[in-house]
Amino acid sequence: MSLLNVENLSVSFNTREGKTEAVKNASFSLQRGETLGIVGESGSGKSVLCYSLLGLLPMPPASIDSGKALLDGEDLLMCNKKALRHIRGNRISMIFQDPMTSLNPYLTIRTQLTETLRLHKGFSKKAALMKAIASLEEVGIADPEKRINSYPHELSGGMRQRVMIAMSLLTEPEILIADEPTTALDVTIQAQILRLIKRLQNDHNVGLIFISHDLGVIAGIADDVMVMEKGDIVETGTAENIYYQTQHPYTKKLLCSIPITGKPLSHQYSLETNAQPLLKLEGLKTYFHDNHVFMTKKQDVIKAVDDVSIEIYPGETLGLVGESGSGKSTIGRSIINLVNITQGKIMFNDKEISTHGNEETNISRRQIQMVFQDPYSSLNPRMTVFDTLAEAISLRVKLNREEMISEVVKLMEDVGLNADQIRKYPHEFSGGQRQRIAIARALALRPRLIIADEPVSALDVTIQAQILDLLLKIIKKYHLTMLFISHDLSVVRYISDRVAVMQKGKIVETGDTEDLFSNPQHPYTRSLLSAIPIPDPRKERQRQIDTSIT
Amino acid sequence: MFRFVLVRFLQAIPVLFLVISITFVMIRSAPGGPFDSEKNAPPEIIQQLNERYHLDDPIIKQLGDYLGNILRGDFGPSFRYPGRSVNEIIFNGLPITLELGFYAILFALTIGISAGLLAAYKPKSWQDYLPMSFSMIGICLPSFVLGPLLVLIFSIWFEWLPVSGWGQFNGDKLLPSITLGSAYAAYISRLTRGGMLEVLSQDYIRTARAKGLSEPRIILVHALKGGLLPVVTFLGPAFAGLLSGSFIIETIFQIPGIGRLYIQAAFNRDYTMIMGTTIFFAALIVVFNLISDIIAAMLNPRISYQGKN
Repeated sequence: MSLLNVENLSVSFNTREGKTEAVKNASFSLQRGETLGIVGESGSGKSVLCYSLLGLLPMPPASIDSGKALLDGEDLLMCNKKALRHIRGNRISMIFQDPMTSLNPYLTIRTQLTETLRLHKGFSKKAALMKAIASLEEVGIADPEKRINSYPHELSGGMRQRVMIAMSLLTEPEILIADEPTTALDVTIQAQILRLIKRLQNDHNVGLIFISHDLGVIAGIADDVMVMEKGDIVETGTAENIYYQTQHPYTKKLLCSIPITGKPLSHQYSLETNAQPLLKLEGLKTYFHDNHVFMTKKQDVIKAVDDVSIEIYPGETLGLVGESGSGKSTIGRSIINLVNITQGKIMFNDKEISTHGNEETNISRRQIQMVFQDPYSSLNPRMTVFDTLAEAISLRVKLNREEMISEVVKLMEDVGLNADQIRKYPHEFSGGQRQRIAIARALALRPRLIIADEPVSALDVTIQAQILDLLLKIIKKYHLTMLFISHDLSVVRYISDRVAVMQKGKIVETGDTEDLFSNPQHPYTRSLLSAIPIPDPRKERQRQIDTSIT
Repeated sequence: MFRFVLVRFLQAIPVLFLVISITFVMIRSAPGGPFDSEKNAPPEIIQQLNERYHLDDPIIKQLGDYLGNILRGDFGPSFRYPGRSVNEIIFNGLPITLELGFYAILFALTIGISAGLLAAYKPKSWQDYLPMSFSMIGICLPSFVLGPLLVLIFSIWFEWLPVSGWGQFNGDKLLPSITLGSAYAAYISRLTRGGMLEVLSQDYIRTARAKGLSEPRIILVHALKGGLLPVVTFLGPAFAGLLSGSFIIETIFQIPGIGRLYIQAAFNRDYTMIMGTTIFFAALIVVFNLISDIIAAMLNPRISYQGKN
């Protein structure tokens, strides 16, 4: 008999709009030492499924309609609150997605680590502290005696996730549920954390349920894979079966949507010979000063962008990659003057636009438009699509009402939205549709240069592919130039003609996309490339072995 | 932390200077003077009084002299209570007002936080609606209505508590403290509820639940610190507002605190008294804001006043 047996589990949410089934008839089992990967896009029910096992869903609105979840023969769904608390964090532990928000910012690591041991294992204060320090050491935190007294905000994202992992394994649980544990992390950190989870799973012989939207990550870690779509488990099997003998069309669609596997539409724009760069950054420096109190003697200077020179030629797409904190977004913000630059020049179409503005620089700036990462918060929730787009259009031309409506409809059709949605508010659209609105807003001003700052990072893979293709189509149609900023190398590879790699405020390598990806020169580029998970179990495992040796 | 406190004190100096100058000029430009109500005084005597108190000097000189005196700690003589200095009057009334304020805030915190916690623990249930309805009433009901109402019920109908006074009869401090504190209790309960609901929806509370912690521990250890931050930042201005707002209560319940003096001084055009109490209240507001900021910093490890090294 398996350690965990879930049979016909159905979970639904009762909202004012009616009942939605989040999980439909899910059945699976898990053994000690085994890893089950659950893949799906947002809203597929993969997290709900796992939360329902531990009674972590708010009820109401959630309700469990049917099914059993047997842990060693005991039904978790029938447990009373007290029995369930004894299982949570003790026999079944969880690791959550975002280490920034999942640790309590008001308590020290020490309190958060020791409390589970004292609660579940009855450790004395001192014994709990010793064990907590040992576990921090095990997850690779240097100087654990000192670090244990830190607050979460004093640690980096990767370190916080290590703390979270240490916390979940303290009580020697039988099952570990990891809900997108590496999604919020940079690729190189992701690779380290994945390696750590795998090693600890082996050492402690726990059954691991690993939830992820990333097929590459799942390929490397899971023995069995379960694919979920809109609450249904559409396909289950061993990793090899799922990846090499894909049955269900949805799984096929997921596998095809990963940009790295699909080759882009041919978009190589033939550069005019001896063309002038449309945008040219010369020795750009943007520093931030940590002004604390006016008496501070020495200011802390953060060199977000440190002596960067790039040229973008008309019609090309330059991908700017780097990990969080590398300064890539600050470059975008510097160009459109959202932050003040410290030094250097920004030339657009041979005119300097970095100086504060006369009418001419304002007109130049209008030809540069930005698309932001989060389509949820970058659109004004109280303005309809029409309002948002009309506002942007009216900056460019004065139109009467009918002309304005036809102009807005034209824009909406350009980005693949239906004209009958013109009166809707942002919350009535999905994430992908909102990003389409954001792109339409940028297009409304008839820009020559688009700066896209992580435009697809908040979206599911299948939606990502659609938005990337939309960007490519629009660039071609309007002969636009694009600066595409992203942390995701496969996305950048898919869309860019040239790529610049950024690390700690500096550009470390620039090159044509295929050259750079096939033959990276700088060690940082190489380490970035080698850290991307490959959605192919055999290759991914081989890659992990290779990289752990070097 | 020390530097932060020092800087805040230094910032208070220009604030106080502005408050003093503006009040000084404003009360002197308002029509009427401190001796206008001396109905039968011949103009020569008013003239003499004005000369004695230097009210005939140019206003800038008066202000300069006054600021000089304040720096020496002298708030001048009262115009309406001959022979008594403003310092003396304020420091007689101060302990009473402070005591009243302290009881009121204690009442407000106890009732407010417990009602807020109760409401946040089970939102949209009767445990939420009941205290929140009371809090709405508490916010809406002005103290000059609530005070007499409480007196009517508890002193006149039930004859449990004295009608007025301070420290003269058993239990006479109860009604004024409750009357003064209830509006603040209402605000605090709403702030607590809002703060706790916000914190309880955070990811780290889900983590705490996933660790198998009990609900009391989650509320008291994991959520309370963050949930009470809005209350703490409100406490500084609240306490200062409580002290300066106590004049209504002091008038209703015949309490000889400084709030009552403030009002009398304003009616009497007692320039030095108005100035003295105004400065005093302004200084209190600055100090209490500072204290609540310091407490908020201690509760929230992410705020650091030390700057990075």
